[in-house]
Amino acid sequence: MIKEPRLSDPKKQLDFLSNGIFNEEGLLLFKDQLRLLGPNVLNPLKLEIFQVNLGYMCNQTCKHCHVDAGPDRDEIMSRETMQICLDKMEELQVQTVDLTGGAPEMNPHFRWFVEAIIKRGIKEIIVRSNLTIILANPKYHDLPEFFKRNGVRVISSLPFFHASKTDRQRGKGVFDKSIRALQLLNGVGYGSGSLTLDLVYNPGGAFLPGDQGELERDFKKALRKEHGIEFNRLFTLTNLPINRYLEYLVASGNYEDYMTKLVEAFNPSAVTELMCRNSISIDYRGIIYDCDFNQMLEMPIETAAGEHISNLSRSSLEKREIQIGQHCYGCTAGAGSSCQGSLI
Amino acid sequence: MEKTYYDPADLKKFGDIKEWEPKLAEKFFDYYNSVFEEGALTAREKALIALAVSHAIQCPYCIDSYTEACIEKGVEEAEMMESVHVAAAIRGGASLAHGVQMMNKAKKILM
Repeated sequence: MIKEPRLSDPKKQLDFLSNGIFNEEGLLLFKDQLRLLGPNVLNPLKLEIFQVNLGYMCNQTCKHCHVDAGPDRDEIMSRETMQICLDKMEELQVQTVDLTGGAPEMNPHFRWFVEAIIKRGIKEIIVRSNLTIILANPKYHDLPEFFKRNGVRVISSLPFFHASKTDRQRGKGVFDKSIRALQLLNGVGYGSGSLTLDLVYNPGGAFLPGDQGELERDFKKALRKEHGIEFNRLFTLTNLPINRYLEYLVASGNYEDYMTKLVEAFNPSAVTELMCRNSISIDYRGIIYDCDFNQMLEMPIETAAGEHISNLSRSSLEKREIQIGQHCYGCTAGAGSSCQGSLI
Repeated sequence: MEKTYYDPADLKKFGDIKEWEPKLAEKFFDYYNSVFEEGALTAREKALIALAVSHAIQCPYCIDSYTEACIEKGVEEAEMMESVHVAAAIRGGASLAHGVQMMNKAKKILM
């Protein structure tokens, strides 16, 4: 078993992920795996999705969190940076703005930002809500109404349809609060009709997600029968070996088996569908990354125009080389994985 | 001789049985994969049956595989353990049911 007590430094994580079994056991580095598929398999496409991370503060401290989010994180996007994001999303005519965190609702400018995005004519706004935030404080109780009024699409994490597995991953009592929040969202019309409520499943341990369609069927059946809850779609996400989840893998002696599994499950047809090709991820300072995971590993985009949103142009983006590492195997395993579920 | 009869790494080599007899191996793997596709039973139900059978035949490779398959498919711990009890009940029941054969024989030969 590998002993590596502290992996919070992104550089240490990247170094850790590029050595060990990738040398000793002869596992192919992700870049070499891509090279076998031929040139330009991971070239950028037209930008469609702006994923904006409004900050790492969160009311929960989930065991698997790749953001390392929690109540003690004070990195928060300022209104000035939001203003630059607004100008750029309009200029670049993006289709979707995907707001994430932490708990994005905890950013004091969250509501202003959502309303401002709508005024810019963006077709779709996604809010990745952890659900419990709705009940965390009276000032958040009206979030379901706020989401409805602004036509926001809500995507929420719910690792399982029973309490034990959910609470084990997300904290004691989270399941009951999540159920209550889902009922509140259903109460204003989410989960049916034009208000979309999607759920996200990610494995509560060192294993890959099962078939998305089958899990969705089980989730729908159980949540409807036991709690009267309706939702639109379930997205299955693979846990990527970074931050808290990487620490868990190492500490539990699962790291080598898990990485080997990801590499062996590499699916070439998932590569062309990867979301880093048509999305960017923006951190609280306005620095741009190819995806949220690269953000957490502090691997900004490399373009001639630099890495800050204020310098972003479509041409520089489309000429960039997407930054990759061994963590990318998490998005190409099996049916593939993205912030909107499996890829194939 | 190997130090142990079972090595977890050997599970990944299962496909190597093709090396000495490809045709039969291919037929077997085709059949195997078809069996586990969703049909009248869901893939989840099949994984749970496979887990119970794995215990009945005491195959360590199968126990590893189908424990993981069940977890991936959202099977809960209590369901998995109940399936092991089903295997145990059938195995135990099969032994005990043969007690009737014993009784029949004993009764026949005893005065």
